Amino acid sequence: MVNDEEFEVVIGLEVHVQMTKLHTKMFCSCTSDYRGKEPNTVTCAICLGLPGTLPVLNKRAVEFAMLLGLALKSEIQPNMFFFRKNYYYPDMTKNFQISQYDKAGGVPICVGGELTFNLGNEKKTVHFRRLHLEEDPGRLQYDGSITTSPFVYVDYNRNGSTLVECVTEPELTSPEEARIFLKKLRSIIEHLGIADLSLEGSMRCDANISYKGHARVEVKNISSMKEVERALNFEMMRQKQKIKSGQDIVQETRHWDEVRRVTISLRTKETEKDYRYFPEPDLVPITIAADEIERVEGLMPELPDARVQRFITQYEIPAYDAEVLVDSKAMADFYEAAVQQYDDPKDVSNWLMGDVSRRLNEDNLDINETKLTPEAIVQMLQMIKNGEITGKIGKTLVIPMLDGVMPADYVKEQNVKRIDDEDLLREVCDEVFTENASIVEDIKNGKNPRAFEFLVGQIMKKTKGQADPELARKCIKDLL
Amino acid sequence: MANLYECTATELVDKLQTGETTPTELMAHYLERIENLEPQIHALTFVNKEAAMEAAKKAEKAMKKATAKKYKLLGLPLIVKDCISTDGLPTTCGSKILEGYIPPFDATVVSRLREAGAIIIGKSNMDEFAMGSSTERSCYGPTMNPWDLNKVPGGSSGGSGAAIAAREAPVALGSDTGGSIRCPAAYCGVSGIKPTYGRVSRYGLVAYANSLEQISPIAQTARDCAMMLEIMAGKDPLDSTSVDVSVDAYSDGLESLQGLKIGIPTEFFVEGLKDDVRKPIDAAIDVLRDFGATTMSVSLPSIKYSLPVYYLIAMCEASSNLARFDGLRYGKRVDVPKGNFDAVYSKTRQEGFGPEVRRRIILGTYALSAGYYDMYYVKALKARTLIQDEFKEALSYVDVMIGPTMPTTAFDIGTKVDDPLTMYLEDILTVPINLAGIPSLSVPVGFDDGGMPVGMQIMGNFFKEAQVLGIGMALEDKLQLYKKLPPVGA
Repeated sequence: MVNDEEFEVVIGLEVHVQMTKLHTKMFCSCTSDYRGKEPNTVTCAICLGLPGTLPVLNKRAVEFAMLLGLALKSEIQPNMFFFRKNYYYPDMTKNFQISQYDKAGGVPICVGGELTFNLGNEKKTVHFRRLHLEEDPGRLQYDGSITTSPFVYVDYNRNGSTLVECVTEPELTSPEEARIFLKKLRSIIEHLGIADLSLEGSMRCDANISYKGHARVEVKNISSMKEVERALNFEMMRQKQKIKSGQDIVQETRHWDEVRRVTISLRTKETEKDYRYFPEPDLVPITIAADEIERVEGLMPELPDARVQRFITQYEIPAYDAEVLVDSKAMADFYEAAVQQYDDPKDVSNWLMGDVSRRLNEDNLDINETKLTPEAIVQMLQMIKNGEITGKIGKTLVIPMLDGVMPADYVKEQNVKRIDDEDLLREVCDEVFTENASIVEDIKNGKNPRAFEFLVGQIMKKTKGQADPELARKCIKDLL
Repeated sequence: MANLYECTATELVDKLQTGETTPTELMAHYLERIENLEPQIHALTFVNKEAAMEAAKKAEKAMKKATAKKYKLLGLPLIVKDCISTDGLPTTCGSKILEGYIPPFDATVVSRLREAGAIIIGKSNMDEFAMGSSTERSCYGPTMNPWDLNKVPGGSSGGSGAAIAAREAPVALGSDTGGSIRCPAAYCGVSGIKPTYGRVSRYGLVAYANSLEQISPIAQTARDCAMMLEIMAGKDPLDSTSVDVSVDAYSDGLESLQGLKIGIPTEFFVEGLKDDVRKPIDAAIDVLRDFGATTMSVSLPSIKYSLPVYYLIAMCEASSNLARFDGLRYGKRVDVPKGNFDAVYSKTRQEGFGPEVRRRIILGTYALSAGYYDMYYVKALKARTLIQDEFKEALSYVDVMIGPTMPTTAFDIGTKVDDPLTMYLEDILTVPINLAGIPSLSVPVGFDDGGMPVGMQIMGNFFKEAQVLGIGMALEDKLQLYKKLPPVGA
């Protein structure tokens, strides 16, 4: 029998990041803004790979990859080449992908690199093997699960978009770590302004998973950050069960089936693809001079680590708050916009990290995907501060605010202002005392001192949170 | 006055501009010749009859305007090899797999020539995907040599070569990956130049071996080729491998050949070289000496590796280039009921490609495979550099080098087609030039004992097309061979 402690797993990720902020595709002048368009309408002779067409490299794509490389402390290569990766698949218009390679004399744009992230109270650094540029294939769509779909639909709108593939060393040790790593990577990419990763399919992963002493399995087709944790958990459980029952792990490539939430075998080592990499003869080698690297370095915006430090000193909030906020560029931007208008930065971060984030997580949304504005949050905080509403009412305002409603309008329409009419509260208090006679007795006999707050809660409940809590306490004391 | 078809393209352009002939008269003249000659020669895969006549009418109107002079080739009929993309006209590379494919765009070279006023009169036959030296390997059947209908016209641009020899059009485009323009030029007794790699845009040329090939003009004279190349050449933003070097006035020719240093590479005068091929070449060299050029022997010992190096590189690149022909998006598709896409790919490619194309794809795929890549492809690239360096060194001593284009003259149809190795040997004197990347012009210098044309190639330094063409022009002015027409078209 094998103990759980003996299961040491290592995970390596290949993260495909689409440079969504580029205006055109990697090798042609088609728009790279293909999302939501009629299938197969954002294409041209070049990205369709029509016979005789040739690729011409998008120079900004190189600049974007350099920015990412520099942000990840990767080494920009002075001479890089494109290679052809040959395989037959319907999502490819040429049946080869223009990519980069680090073997057979190939040189990708960035070699090495690292990313440090917080893991509880510790810091962990994961290293990159390389970052390389490649063209995105088209999109295959299945009718439900890949195993049961009678058709494969092919949409070439995405075909030819620019990807930077970030290949890590196998240094991650749990699905949770993978998630935190990806979150940090995402924040860096968004701070660089090279991609909007809230867009569907803009960050996709392949993962290598291996238990110590066992064969390595590659899981492909993980379509988002959220799926990574799921896919890794499934695959680890699958391998663990095999090992526990004394079976061998087969070295293979598996497909993450998002619909059924299982991995299924695509091919084993014996049938492993031979991509027949060779230098792309239609593109000339690219030279990146030192002054070009310097120029791109000059474009480098403030990155997450620096921003966290600035938040701590500028807004005097705890490191924890700063890190949580900067985890998402959208949240950090929102926060800064709000604190410009409201002089209690800690109060703002409490609300954003508390009720607002809870709601966003439930709906799996980024703050910029909602209609919530910094003005709305600021208005709500001011209303609480000047006593117009209670904090409790504030909490009920979060959902309407996410839908774009301003707090003042909502309060007016729903008439949910703070109740500070003592006579009215006294009546409610009477009702509560009658309904909870035995508890009132206990309090009077000093048996249950904590029951006092229970009575306050009952009053808040009856007034739908609108009662002024201090006035409610006074009423209870008076009646007692 | 000479018949229109007896005129060179340069002469015709002049006649058009002076009004001695008109675009419609010229077009009708060549369409009639095509109709009469095609049953015997079979040089074309498509005749653009109606549209070409329409275009000629338009050209006629434009001719009357003051701006007509700007359009150098206004009204000049042009044949385009079937592997060069032509907007709205079939482009099938002589292959069943591209059955019905009509590109929605023009190759850059084609659009430049069209903008200059040239009118596409037809598409020409070729070895499937330019893989061959005889134009026997076309899905449309072979093209015949106008000098002897039992013989091949050379390849792979044999359709263009035969069409020019038979005067089915004044100018044509071909492509040269390993000799595909120079071989038919030599076998058909016409002129064709493979430019320096990067001199001409490849955009729109259906790739066989990208790192070796160039679109090339083929015409009755070197002067005609020069006129074409002036328009075709130059950097194209759509082709990253095209080079930004200024385009010389090629058709101006050279003032004098006095002091020109000509290298004679000993390796080009191989044992297998027939005596009656050698004789007219020696005579041509004598003519150049009379013009004041000096000759010296040079040696290019590494070119003995040219054939294997060429075939390895070409097949590797081809195996990847031709992967896109899978039946999914255009061209022929063989459906496999209940089969997956792999089955459709296999069946489509098996039925769509001819045996020589399949052979090269399989060999190229093998050579690029893991474990063989270093042994074959990488080694071939190293040898290529070696060959290139030898050419560079030789060309640092001499201005140009001269040798036979082909070791023999045109052979009988059907004699080599089943023996790939013998067929590959045909290319022994042409492929080194593609490996080196330098320009080379093949010009007719005479006939062998059987009356078949003999071609001589003039190899120049990188981007020295002006020199190579200038020598060709001086020679043709003296020899006047272009005035002799093959029996079938006379």
